[in-house]
Amino acid sequence: MSPTPQQVETARELLASLGELGGHVRGDDIAHLEVHGNEVVGAHLVPGLEVDVDQLDDGIKAHIRVREGSRLAKPVHLCFGMLPEEGLQHIVMEVEAEEDSFASVQAHCTFPNAVDITHKMDAVVRIKPGATYEYFERHLHGKEGGVVVVPRTKVHVGEGARFKTEFELIKGQAGVIEFDYDVDCDARSLLDMIARIWGRGHDRIAIREVARLNGEDATAVLQSHIAVKDEAVADIYNSLAANAAGARGHVDCKEIVQGAAVAKAVPVVEVNHPRAHITHEAAIGSVDSRQLQTLMARGLDEEKATDLIIEGLLG
Amino acid sequence: MSVLELKNVSLTLGGKPVLNDLTVDFWEGHIHALIGPNGAGKSTLASTIMGLPGYTDITGDILLDGERINDLTVDERARRGITLAWQEPARFEGLRVDRFVLAGARDRSADTARKVLSRVGLEPDKYLTRAVDRTLSGGERKRIELASILSMEPRIVLMDEPDSGIDVEALNRIFDALADFKERGATVIMITHSQEVLKHAEHAFLMCCGSILDKGAVGRIDDYFADHCMPCEHINRPDEVEFAEARR
Repeated sequence: MSPTPQQVETARELLASLGELGGHVRGDDIAHLEVHGNEVVGAHLVPGLEVDVDQLDDGIKAHIRVREGSRLAKPVHLCFGMLPEEGLQHIVMEVEAEEDSFASVQAHCTFPNAVDITHKMDAVVRIKPGATYEYFERHLHGKEGGVVVVPRTKVHVGEGARFKTEFELIKGQAGVIEFDYDVDCDARSLLDMIARIWGRGHDRIAIREVARLNGEDATAVLQSHIAVKDEAVADIYNSLAANAAGARGHVDCKEIVQGAAVAKAVPVVEVNHPRAHITHEAAIGSVDSRQLQTLMARGLDEEKATDLIIEGLLG
Repeated sequence: MSVLELKNVSLTLGGKPVLNDLTVDFWEGHIHALIGPNGAGKSTLASTIMGLPGYTDITGDILLDGERINDLTVDERARRGITLAWQEPARFEGLRVDRFVLAGARDRSADTARKVLSRVGLEPDKYLTRAVDRTLSGGERKRIELASILSMEPRIVLMDEPDSGIDVEALNRIFDALADFKERGATVIMITHSQEVLKHAEHAFLMCCGSILDKGAVGRIDDYFADHCMPCEHINRPDEVEFAEARR
């Protein structure tokens, strides 16, 4: 069904609000889906990709399927958001990447005028053996925060499958983030997760990443790169368990703290097999003084030098 | 003509005099070498001129073009044309080479980034989008740091052990950069023990115990240093008694 002129206009405004994040390129061979509140305002599919959407009172329920053996040549573009100042958007998503398929999804979430908005995502992702599914989620919030983001995702990565995901919130004020990923990995699968968030003002950031390497030779990297300033608070919990021979992984948490901000990191590594191996590193503190001095010796004032260092860490 | 002067500069760190009533002036457009044993105060002098934290509580004056700059911050001094290349350049996780080399550039165009990287012998297409992090060798980071300095077109470049930890190829590119600075009329003050590097200097100062003991032609100063100063008994933060004896 073709979108109404009103829906087309809403989709245009939604995408325009992404500004420099951009990234929504159109073309017959590029799949896209735009959801404003609980309404699909734009959509286009490509062969190998199926999307069924049901409207809910406060959001949508989407079932996304990448057909067996389908290799989507170009990234799928998703855009979720709300233009009003207040409201709730609840996205229930079920993703199935079938055997030996490949899909890369670029999701943008935009709440440019938010004063009191809640964006909830409850997702279940099943990546079948041999499939690769990439999900990059970038948020754009207004200058006032005013957004509560609650992404909760359960993922199963099948044998020999790959799952790569990035969550990025660097532009605008984060608001409240309660990020929760729980992943099970089968044999010879690969998991690569990174969250990059810059908290300001009174932002509250809670990240919980839990992964279990249940199959032989499964590998995982969990990374959290967080910067907090003003009175923002970040609470990071990364847990990685290796439960089979040859399973190996790395947990990396880096947090830069400025002003009256507070950061906490709890890396948990658990090895339940003598031939498994997990490493972790966590660094929390102010901006490295040598980095700062180097950039200031090029003429940047302290604030600009600090921002550049943080942009690098989060970039 | 002198561009940078230090008059009776003293600095005490941890109760030890690390710069002691030091007076020196650097001529515009010259490549000066600072020679001296470990602990003589060479790096301290560079840090003091740059105004790094911990090196600003001095007595005496630092004059740039005759104007006192003691109270200027590091970035204010840099915007007046003074900069420093560290012995061990910093790593910046995630920060791209192009962003880094253009951070203080006069002309922040992509063309500038390509030009300065080429000048230090690094292929722009291979390096522009890499991060200035642990994936780069020490020599590569040293060259990238020099590229960042070339792009800011400074008037005074302080170089701390420019040959430290690098291979011959990187060293040659550093000599190219020195030639660039010279051509643009910049003043270079380099701290070195290397004979290879000294060949590129036009004038030398001999430092010991926080003071300038001698100055003059590079060959003479270096010969004196080799014949009379090694091994030095007063390395690393001499105490007051040793310091006084050394001065006598």
